[in-house]
Amino acid sequence: MKDQLHYLARQAATGMMSRREFMGRAAALGLTAAAANSLLSTKVMAAGPQKGGTIRVGLQGGSTTDSLDPALATNQVALSVIRLWGEPLVELTDDGGIEGKVAESYSASADARVWTFKVRQGITFSNGKSVTAEDVAQSLDRHSGEDTKSGALGIMRGIKNISTEGDSVIIELDTPNADLPYLMADYHLIVQPGGGKDDPSAAIGTGPYVLKEADMGVRFVAEKNPNYWGDLGNADTIEYVVINDNTARVAALQSGQVDMIDRVPPRTAKLVGRAPGINVHSTSGPGHYVFIMHCNTAPFDNNDVRMALKYGINRQEMVDKILNGFGSVGNDTPINASYPLYTEFEQREYDPDKAMFHLKKSGHDGEILLRTSDNSFPGAPDAAALFQQSCAGAGINLNVKREPNDGYWSEVWNKQPFCTSYWGGRPTQDQMFTTAYLSTADWNDTRFNNEQFDQMLLAARAELDTGKRTQMYADMSTILRDEGGLICPMFNDFVDATSDRITGWLENVNGFALMNGYAPHRLWVKA
Amino acid sequence: MPLIAKLLVQRIALGLLLLFLVSGLIFAGTMILPGDVAQSILGQSATPEALANLRAELGLNEPAMQRYFNWLGGILTGDLGTALTSGTDIAESIGKRLSNTLFLAFWAAIIAVPLAIFLGLLAVRFKDRWPDKMISAVTLASISIPEFLIGYVLMYLIAVKLRWFPSVAMINDGMSLGDKLSAIALPVAVLTLVVLAHMMRMTRAAILNVMQSAYIETAELKGLNGFQVIFRHAFPNAIAPIVNVVMLNLAYLVVGVVVIEVVFVYPGMGQYLVDHVSKRDVPVVQACGLIFAAVYIGLNMVADIVAILSNPRLRHPK
Repeated sequence: MKDQLHYLARQAATGMMSRREFMGRAAALGLTAAAANSLLSTKVMAAGPQKGGTIRVGLQGGSTTDSLDPALATNQVALSVIRLWGEPLVELTDDGGIEGKVAESYSASADARVWTFKVRQGITFSNGKSVTAEDVAQSLDRHSGEDTKSGALGIMRGIKNISTEGDSVIIELDTPNADLPYLMADYHLIVQPGGGKDDPSAAIGTGPYVLKEADMGVRFVAEKNPNYWGDLGNADTIEYVVINDNTARVAALQSGQVDMIDRVPPRTAKLVGRAPGINVHSTSGPGHYVFIMHCNTAPFDNNDVRMALKYGINRQEMVDKILNGFGSVGNDTPINASYPLYTEFEQREYDPDKAMFHLKKSGHDGEILLRTSDNSFPGAPDAAALFQQSCAGAGINLNVKREPNDGYWSEVWNKQPFCTSYWGGRPTQDQMFTTAYLSTADWNDTRFNNEQFDQMLLAARAELDTGKRTQMYADMSTILRDEGGLICPMFNDFVDATSDRITGWLENVNGFALMNGYAPHRLWVKA
Repeated sequence: MPLIAKLLVQRIALGLLLLFLVSGLIFAGTMILPGDVAQSILGQSATPEALANLRAELGLNEPAMQRYFNWLGGILTGDLGTALTSGTDIAESIGKRLSNTLFLAFWAAIIAVPLAIFLGLLAVRFKDRWPDKMISAVTLASISIPEFLIGYVLMYLIAVKLRWFPSVAMINDGMSLGDKLSAIALPVAVLTLVVLAHMMRMTRAAILNVMQSAYIETAELKGLNGFQVIFRHAFPNAIAPIVNVVMLNLAYLVVGVVVIEVVFVYPGMGQYLVDHVSKRDVPVVQACGLIFAAVYIGLNMVADIVAILSNPRLRHPK
């Protein structure tokens, strides 16, 4: 009987039998529906990706004001569109490593100061032009220089010189950086013909798809690039529809108008997952929701006040109530297990006694003002209210002020001394620390100024011995945790959902939501 | 009719003056909002250098008055300018959005206006009997429920459960008229429910008002039946207030449907305007504002003119 079942499942998976027929026959053989379903899905995976068909995706975050220029990409929709038509030099692998895209291979000098990327031979842009090392150098150059508007400028600042030699691009750095390949995987740094200097929003690249229609903030259609060098991409056509309203996005998936959506609201994710034909996928990632204090502004310039607040927050409650369980507790550092060189250390818990002790020691008296807004992270005002209550239990008088969404990022975040915010995380510790915790960083939103931390960051960057580097990053996390201005109660999972029409989802892929933006390419329409 | 021509010219001149004032108001409004366009474009990921570069490129360093008058000059020569955020031609992108908005408004109006007037007449004919009470109850209930909620309910029942019509009302050039109509079925239904009550109640009230007149009694006495009296004698005399409220609702269908557009993902003017407001894209906001104001002023003008034509007394003000 077992053989017969597997035969049936294989037939169903390869499309020789309908799904309904398979379920019926499996039931006749005495199998429960759930068991039959899971057997079928393993067979579908094993049968391998099916080529062809159309995959439609409902995405949140797009706006009519977006641009196709990868330098100006800031949201999941822009990222997803870039993933269709363009490629960076290298890309993250599923488990957080690095694989070549436009670059076939790369190597570093012994001191990690000079990096050589060898451009893949014989690949072409979608306009038919072949890709040269000069295109790569020009592309990188467009994102550096003080007159660029690129979101990757911060990454490019450490680069002293970019040159070409035959089919290789040579990048020289100011200071050694063992993580440079991770930086080159940034989604802004797409290789474009001539560097995209003539027409940055032409959407011409080396990607697995070619953009056919683009209506900003509304709809994007791409078709398979027949000349793509790799085997990425199963569907013939991928269509992105921007659906910013949560309910409308879920309804579009349920009514079969789209096959995949991102950002299922955590509050309703469990209900959505129970609907027939819908699968909800939760992926842990480096993204986290934060309360940030300016370490140089009273009363937060006193580390005891900071410690009092860190002990005054109930992290598990936040994960349960704000994320509805779709996340994990934070430990007042921006680093979690999704980082490559992570070391676990003792979890800080809610402890009103310790909070009270630190508050008394600090000598601070009176209320502490916390600013928040709806768009600083989903559920931020509720989280602030929870924080206020847990603080009250420790004798801390926290006052919450609700700010308008409009202008929050320009007027409150990185300006006011204590507010709610979020971070999407970065692929490596070095990048995360450099972006927000180095004393000279533009986005040092906690005004953290620690000489020892800065020195360790530079030293770790040049350290090629993984064991030593891991230890250094652990020490730096400890410094942040015990002295920093960051209160990190929770890491949020990416919650995406797919319909039964498509399959091939892989759990816990590193990077951004929707399997690092590659789910539309890597899933396939069931036969 | 030189008198009417003079009235028309007066109205149009007043409308243009109003438009000019509105543009000034919108400009001032966008200036008061916190934050600037460069910061909004780059979002949380803005470095100070990138901000300064973008500001310089967008011409944000020029004084506000100068920017305003540059833009006003452009309008007068038919050039709406380019969007600060995406660098696209505003006239072109608004054109597409506006035609989508008008498409939706047109079909909603085609259904809602005759239906409302018919229901209004029906309510008068059966005044204080059960059809009147039922029509009033249903339409008042539908206007009282927030439109997004009606949208969600219809979406759940018709799109998710019954699967008759799509929940995403996205239309594009490649679709046939039938496909487009199927796509916009749900938003049209919601808009119809939202505007129905206002027009229906006004029709009912206006006609009931006329029904008090002596000539209605005469008509009844000479043996006309109830519907004929209402339709031939009462309705023509009640047309001015009805047209007034119809125009107000038509204007609403064009300028006030942003919530419906968001819920049904319809690519119309509302979403386009909101996106640009949150990015402080002043030229686009002003262009949208002007178009909306023009629609309002234009439709009200039509209502005025119809009122004047339908009532000779208004043509001779004392």
